[in-house]
Order: sequence, then structure tokens, then C-alpha cells
Amino acid sequence: MREMIYLKNVVTLQLDADKCNGCRMCVKVCPHEVFEVSKGRAKIIRKDYCMECGACALNCPEDAIEVRSGVGCAAGILSGMLNNTEACCGGPDSGACC
Amino acid sequence: MKLFYITAYLPTSIGEVPVADSKLNFKDRFGALMVRLAFYRNSYKVNPGLYAVGNPDGASDVFVTANYKLSFDHLRKNLDELNAWILVLDTRGINVWCAAGKGTFSTTELVNRIRLSRLSEIINHRKIIVPQLGATGISAHKVEQLTANAAAQSILSNPSLSNTAAFVPDPVSLNPEPGFKVIYGPVKASDIKEFVRKKHHSTKEMRKVSFNLVDRLKLIPVDLVMGSYKLLAVMAVFFILSAINKGEFSLHDAIDKGLLSILIIGSGYVSGLVLTPIFLPFIPGRSFSLKGFLMGIITSALLLLFNKLGNTYLEMISWSLIISGISSFTAMNFTGSSTFTSLSGVKIEMKIAIPFQISLTSVGLVLFVVVKFIN
Ligand code: SF4
Ligand code: SF4
Repeated sequence: MREMIYLKNVVTLQLDADKCNGCRMCVKVCPHEVFEVSKGRAKIIRKDYCMECGACALNCPEDAIEVRSGVGCAAGILSGMLNNTEACCGGPDSGACC
Repeated sequence: MKLFYITAYLPTSIGEVPVADSKLNFKDRFGALMVRLAFYRNSYKVNPGLYAVGNPDGASDVFVTANYKLSFDHLRKNLDELNAWILVLDTRGINVWCAAGKGTFSTTELVNRIRLSRLSEIINHRKIIVPQLGATGISAHKVEQLTANAAAQSILSNPSLSNTAAFVPDPVSLNPEPGFKVIYGPVKASDIKEFVRKKHHSTKEMRKVSFNLVDRLKLIPVDLVMGSYKLLAVMAVFFILSAINKGEFSLHDAIDKGLLSILIIGSGYVSGLVLTPIFLPFIPGRSFSLKGFLMGIITSALLLLFNKLGNTYLEMISWSLIISGISSFTAMNFTGSSTFTSLSGVKIEMKIAIPFQISLTSVGLVLFVVVKFIN
């Protein structure tokens, strides 16, 4: 089955390839194959597939990655806006949320 | 009291470690069903700390998970026939993925739990396997830094410890000790055996999250139950509105049209929360609200086909607007359950979609009331 993709050109992911040491950590943690490392440098190859989970930025030892992360959940954002509180969470354990 | 999923206690150098059953029993399965059906959600926890599966020793692998019972169950089931340790973090009963996003499945919690469980005294290696989806909350290199030299640090920062027999601060334990190396395991626990066989290597496929039909189907009951109160309220309003005919309340209409309106509202809801998730990859458009809207139109068309969309054109239009508005809104809420929507994207989608959904539904409602008075 083909892989689903969300809106285009909205993702805040950024990579400063000059800082990269080629450790491949970003490749290992990303659940959507957004990165590739070739010739010792990371490259963003599938930006629109990024779900802004923040795993790559958190696990990059060189701080080469930046992303405004958060859970992309309409109900959560809405209840946050309405009640000025934290969003939901605690769904079933299939890797999903909210 | 021994919990039903603990089969025995394994004596170790730091005391007894509970052995978790690697087979799920009826009670585990029943509990899981209840959670899936959303009967109970918030109180399904296991105690954080160290557990054994099989008969592990100092060289065995350590798998980290959350203290949500389903996460724990899923892991121990997939460790069947292996000898391993499970380190359960305190995530307040929330699964790995959500807890990582929320900051309870975190670097700090992992480092503390390693220390509290005295893991370094039980195992003779320095590797821990964290599920890849936990990477959103855990920074591998920070864990390594923070756990390096932990024994020496704790002695230095707590002089009273140096008097106890267990912790004689000989120069060796004060020497730098390597930290724990986080290895990210597969996204799905069912790939664990393969991962172990491949000497702790996750293939490309094992690193990817899927969002296939089964994944989506599993989410539907929870979403349905979560939204059912709102649905009942909306249905009640329409039931009462339906009873009004030419400005007067009529019991006959209440039963006749009220039931129909409940059916119609219910289908808008089913359209957004059941049909849209099921057909998600096949409905055109990228935003969930658009997909939900289109599904709403299809649902209206189906109702029309079965002559259940009202009698006049005005009524039909008003119902289609209401159905597609509801369907679009409820489908948009499915973004929270999906595994490929970004926060930036959802925010943008909402900015455009919510005014659209509100206009659809309110125009539909106004028409519905107008019909009541002119018919
Ligand atoms: S994690 Fe950072 S340093 Fe390592 S390959 Fe990726 S970008 Fe480069
Ligand atoms: S934020 Fe998450 S999905 Fe996006 S590139 Fe990083 S790891 Fe991949």
C-alpha cells in the first residue's frame, strides 16, 4: 500500500549539514525515513514526510538539527486553545496518540 | 501480594526481581479488550522498575518500556522464549509514544530508573534497548553522559553511602565508568526477535511506522467512545428541533422526523470517525478535514439513494451541509491518532478548516430551521 503523506511544505525541520559528523543517529530514530547519510554527511531527503516528532533533533549529538516539535493532533490543539490546558493523550498502544 | 502476571521471583545480587510471564493469560487479554473499548484508560499501570523474563543473567539484554500495562504486555509477549530484563519507566500509565511526546518517557526518567533499579550491579554490559518511538523523549548521548561514572558520582554526592557495607568506595569504583549506551530497538515489539537475531540491528522496515488498515481500525472504538457524549447532545437537540412543525411542537413529528434526524446525524459522525479512517489512503486530498468533507458528501449521497435525506430539496441541502460539516470536523480529530501528521501541518489545516466547518454546519442548521417554518 502506498505511504500516506500530509500537507506539503509546512514542516519546520532544518539541518545544518556543516555541524554533522555523520553518526547516522538521525537515520536510526526517524520513523519516516526523512534522512540519509552519504559521504559522512546527513541530508534531508523526504521533508514532507516529517511528522515533527523531534526525535532526530534530540538525538543528534552535534545539535545539527532543528525542528519545532509537538504532537500533530487537532483535538489536542483545540482543547488546548479552549481550556488553556495541556492536550489529551493516552490512546491505545499502537504507536498512536491523543 | 503477587500480581497475576508475575510468575516467580528471581534471586539476584541486589535482591529478588519479579519474573514476568511471557505468555498473556485471560486476565491480560480481558484487560486489553477493556482498554481498547475505552472502558478504562487511565488506571492501567504496572509498577515501574526492573523485571525479568525467562532466566536472564548479567549478559542478557535490557529492554525499556513504559508502565502502561498494554506496552508492558506487548513487550513481554514478544520476549517469549528469550532471557531478558525489562526496565519499566514511570510514565504515569501512558504508552511509550505518547509519554515520549509528553516528556514522561524521558532522559531524566531513564537515567533515574537505571540508578534506582541498580541495573549496573546486575548486568555486566552497558547497553539498553529503547523502543525507537521513545526517541522522541530520550536523548541517547545525554543518557550516556549522565550515566557514566554514576556509581562514583552517587558516592561522592552522598557521603553517608560510603559507610555502608554495600558501597565501599575503593579507588576502582571511583574510576570513570562508561555510561549506558542507548540502542534503539524496532518500532514494533513483534520485530524484537528479528532485531536480537540481527545482533541489535533494525532494518529500514523495522524503523518505519506504518499506519495500515489494522492500525487505523484499532483506533476507531476509542475515538467513537470519546466523542459519544457530544454526539448524544447533538442528537437530542435535533430530536427536539425535528418535533417543531410550522412553528408548533408535535409529538408525531418528534417520533417520525426525530428518529430520522438521529439517523442522519449519526451517519455524519460515522462518516468522519469510521469511514474516513478506513478509506483514508483512498480518499483524495491531503488534509483530513477535506477527506472527511468528501466522505460526508458521499455519505449524504448514499442516504439520498435510500431516500433518507428528507423530502424537499431544501431539507436535503441542509442535511448534506450538516453531515459534511460534522464529518469534516470529526475526521480532522483523527489527525491525533495518525502517525504522519505534523504539528505545523495540523495548525495550518485547522486555521482553514474550522471556519469552513462552522459555516457549513451553521448554514445547514439555519436552513433546517427555515424549512420548519415554511413547510
Ligand atoms: S544525528 Fe546529527 S551528526 Fe549524526 S548524522 Fe544526523 S545530523 Fe549528522
Ligand atoms: S522530527 Fe521526527 S519525523 Fe521529522 S525528521 Fe525528525 S525524526 Fe523524522
